[in-house]
Amino acid sequence: MLRYALSRCVSLVISLIVASMVIFLIIEIVPGDPAAFMLGLNAQPEAVEALRAQLGLNASAPERYLTWVSGMLQGDFGTSYTYRAPISDLIADRIWVSLPLAVYALVLSTLIAFPAGIFAASRRGGAGDTAIMGATQIGVAIPNFWFAMILVLIFAINLRWFSAGGFVGWDKGFWLGLKSLTLPAIALALPQAAILARVMRSSLLDMLGEDFIRTARAKGLSKRQALWRHAVRNALIPVLTILGLQFSFLLAGGIVIEQVFFLPGLGRLIFQAISARDLIVVEGVVMLLVFSVIIVNFLVDLTYAAVDPRLRQRS
Amino acid sequence: MRGLIIGAVLSGIFVIAAVLSFLWTPYDILTLDVGNKLKTPNAANWLGTDHFGRDILSMIMMGARTSIAVALVAVGIGMVLGVPLGLWAAARRGHFIDELIMRGNDLIFAFPSLVIAILITAVFGASAVNAIIAIGIFNIPVFARLTRGGALSLWERDFILAARVSGKSAARISVEHILPNLANLLIVQGTIQFSLGILAEAALSYIGLGAQPPTASWGRMLADAQTLVSIAPHTALIPGGAIVLTVLGLNLMGDGLRDLLDPRIRVGRS
Repeated sequence: MLRYALSRCVSLVISLIVASMVIFLIIEIVPGDPAAFMLGLNAQPEAVEALRAQLGLNASAPERYLTWVSGMLQGDFGTSYTYRAPISDLIADRIWVSLPLAVYALVLSTLIAFPAGIFAASRRGGAGDTAIMGATQIGVAIPNFWFAMILVLIFAINLRWFSAGGFVGWDKGFWLGLKSLTLPAIALALPQAAILARVMRSSLLDMLGEDFIRTARAKGLSKRQALWRHAVRNALIPVLTILGLQFSFLLAGGIVIEQVFFLPGLGRLIFQAISARDLIVVEGVVMLLVFSVIIVNFLVDLTYAAVDPRLRQRS
Repeated sequence: MRGLIIGAVLSGIFVIAAVLSFLWTPYDILTLDVGNKLKTPNAANWLGTDHFGRDILSMIMMGARTSIAVALVAVGIGMVLGVPLGLWAAARRGHFIDELIMRGNDLIFAFPSLVIAILITAVFGASAVNAIIAIGIFNIPVFARLTRGGALSLWERDFILAARVSGKSAARISVEHILPNLANLLIVQGTIQFSLGILAEAALSYIGLGAQPPTASWGRMLADAQTLVSIAPHTALIPGGAIVLTVLGLNLMGDGLRDLLDPRIRVGRS
């Protein structure tokens, strides 16, 4: 296990290095001078020169890359020139919207998908299975931002159960904060739940065909007992990987959903930075998102290996 | 089989609408008629009009063209680059080049695709072409991995051994024997990536990073509809419905094709 963990650690570090290089390079190949790009067409030459100095653009590319990375390692993402504030502060303010939203959506997605997938697998071929599989087909075809608009139309505009957008802030109390994230979380969660339910069902069906289920049945367990005691637990292993992938979808997908609900999260920050051409902010937030996705995938790999010893030997 | 037919009909409708839009649309979407704005579906405008008085049916037809073009080219990029990489990796199994290609794939998979697509379009400018590139890049590892996996099992087969004995090079075997046997697999995956591409294009143009006006795009229509959803719900429901039906059709078609083309699954799962 230690060996496996070490080898995964090495590839984690390589992934992070390559990822940071790619992001740096994309910003680097902005046509023309980044400072001129950021200030727009009508900028004064002195202003461009001042921004160049502030961004450290007069240093060579490798030097700037190293400064950027070593800064980030110390929690310093640089300074936004539109907000005139450290980017780490901007991120810190907004992560308390984006992260809870992703976690909330992940919880909802799991709560919907697990029972649905298990139910469908246990009634394979029956009416319940067909209905759930039909629903998931539609679920994977629905763009989450459109679903979000429908939710707003029904629950905010017509029924007035929720507000149509905005975030009250956690200082107004946990439940009120959670309430203002509820519609966005449902919008994010349902399409993902459809995928998860399908994976859960097919993984469970694979398990139900295994010999150990027949053995469990032969020793006198009922179908239901065999399903819950043996099949579900084993079926969870592949589902775990998908769950890790889903978290990254939810974090990234949140960017779009935040737009629908006018939530002051990382997505809003990215878009405001894009329209203000504040590339350092874009660069920093993208790196943070990529970083969290890579870390989550790494943790999932480790958990996977801890649960399933076969995987450790393979690599 | 039923799913395949329903899927083919659904996606066929939108392909026909897209092709037809080159020749004819009910109205010209570049002419604004503000006096006639936000009309609900009626005899003159079958799907109603938007906030500029443009005919929504015509916009849906033009939008189908954008969606299909973007997704199709993105799948093309993935196949043209991914399939040869997969074949190459399989032919050099276990060698350095195989390792390099597969680790490169893992790396691209580790990126949240939407975030990188946003980065690319933000830096290089919002346009349909940049959206295609951003979506296409993430199709490469999908096809490379699939091709390698399929090719590896084919390399073990006797007919490949026969081809090797007859003196064919690995490259020739890959092209002449491996690739044709992977066609089914690639068609099925292509259909699925096509539907994912349509969803990705819609998301990118919804946030303003895809096709730019006056090019019609379903995602763009939804962005315009967002502030109008309470007074004119049809402006949001119709483009969204178009996306759902197209993607659903492609997914059903993909599943149906898989069952049809892969006899093992037909026996095992359905």
